[in-house]
Amino acid sequence: MATALAKAAEDISPATTHAARIEHVSKSFGGPAGSQLVLDDITLDVAPGEFVTLLGASGCGKSTLLNLVAGLDKPSAGAITTDGRPALMFQEHALFPWLTAGKNIELALKLRGVPKAERRPRAEELLELVRLHGAYRKRVHELSGGMRQRVALARALAQDSRLLLMDEPFAALDAITRDVLHDELTRVWSETNVSVLFVTHNVREACASPQRVVLLSSRPGPVAHEWRVGIPHPRRIEDSAVAELSVEITEQLRGEIRRHGQH
Amino acid sequence: MRQVLTQKVLPPLTAVLLVLVVWQALVSFDVVDDPSKLPSPSAVWDEVRDAWLAGTLLDYIWTSVSRGLLGFLLALVIGTPLGLIVARVRFIRAAIGPILSGLQSLPSVAWVPPAVLWLGLENKMMYAVILLGAVPSIANGLVSGVDQVPPLFLRAGRTLGASGLRHTWHIVLPAALPGYLAGLKQGWAFSWRSLMAAEIIASSPELGVGLGQLLENGRNASSMPMIFLAIFLILIVGIAVDLLIFSPLERRVLRGRGLLVKS
Repeated sequence: MATALAKAAEDISPATTHAARIEHVSKSFGGPAGSQLVLDDITLDVAPGEFVTLLGASGCGKSTLLNLVAGLDKPSAGAITTDGRPALMFQEHALFPWLTAGKNIELALKLRGVPKAERRPRAEELLELVRLHGAYRKRVHELSGGMRQRVALARALAQDSRLLLMDEPFAALDAITRDVLHDELTRVWSETNVSVLFVTHNVREACASPQRVVLLSSRPGPVAHEWRVGIPHPRRIEDSAVAELSVEITEQLRGEIRRHGQH
Repeated sequence: MRQVLTQKVLPPLTAVLLVLVVWQALVSFDVVDDPSKLPSPSAVWDEVRDAWLAGTLLDYIWTSVSRGLLGFLLALVIGTPLGLIVARVRFIRAAIGPILSGLQSLPSVAWVPPAVLWLGLENKMMYAVILLGAVPSIANGLVSGVDQVPPLFLRAGRTLGASGLRHTWHIVLPAALPGYLAGLKQGWAFSWRSLMAAEIIASSPELGVGLGQLLENGRNASSMPMIFLAIFLILIVGIAVDLLIFSPLERRVLRGRGLLVKS
């Protein structure tokens, strides 16, 4: 499974140097009372296979940006290019309750044109990847919150996109499950070479980012700060390096919120 | 098994038994002493036995049930695409949506006189009345089912790559199924009522004797037992179809989605 995807990654033509390229993107929502600027001149690249965590206070437009990258909405100015259609994971699991866990994944495969005979084994493989073997026949309501997000992750991976967009996917889970799932996500990411753009407002999640953390300004404006995280996995929150990073990110985030008075 | 007996079977049986006891008491204690107003239960039972021995009982039932079910199936075939189009195409919704919901409140017995003049005293006319009664219900049920689909499912379906007809087939229709089933249930009730109205008003030797005609024959013969027999049969068929077809279907769909708590 991991090797199959790694092979697919090699097939990318050398011209493709990014999984997503966001260039000077602005977005405003117009209403009769005048338009409101939500994003202003954002520029951000996601390299193939890169894991980018997008951190920002609530209301800073990070979900809006993700919707633009997903193609669910159009930017007011600037350009967004992605390498193929990205997969998207929501804060709510968004699994279809009329299908079993396995059939949810198979629907994603079917819509992407995978032949019928290959769907079942592929779905089982993906469930195995998110450590849910045996959940194939389970209905959505029979799974716990964490398990549902695992299935949602498997379904997103079933789309075989080069880029996986995640909109605070673990925000509704309890803290321990969230930590476990973030570790799992990091493992899956390192096994599959998919690029990840992970949106969160949670500093703890940002500290768990395996590669790069980008802080969005609270007031519409360009990226406020960026960290390259070199701390090896698995990490423990007690590690001094993680604690240092956490303090630094928190400082910056608080600064952003103070400066612009939005929270 | 025992629980099912005491919780599901016993209460309605008790109610029926109580009605029979009160009925018998009204007759026995001469509270109502005119048998042409209220026949005794045994007189109605004799009517049942006579019809059974003459071999006509099942004929009455089958004449009406076959008409009702066939008419309902036709209404299903017409109402489903109609509802889907009204729900999904804004122009058509604005054009005929209000008419469709208005038609629902028109008693379908109003269609009997024009149907007789248009189509004559034939089976065609019965089906026309059933369709005019049931199609709006079925279509409206589907429309409200589609309206109640959570937008998250629609977005999730779109990010999985479903669009157009495939989006409708794989996402919209299954998501709208509970509302659609409620519409079908109501559609059946409307079919059955319309048919009875049509059978009572329009009788002709070529049409055969259904339950509606049986009721009308009872009135013409001033035979209260025959009228009671017809009313009971009409009631029993309506309940039986709901109990044997729609309730299990609805339970299955709701249980599969975790929307039905086992009591």
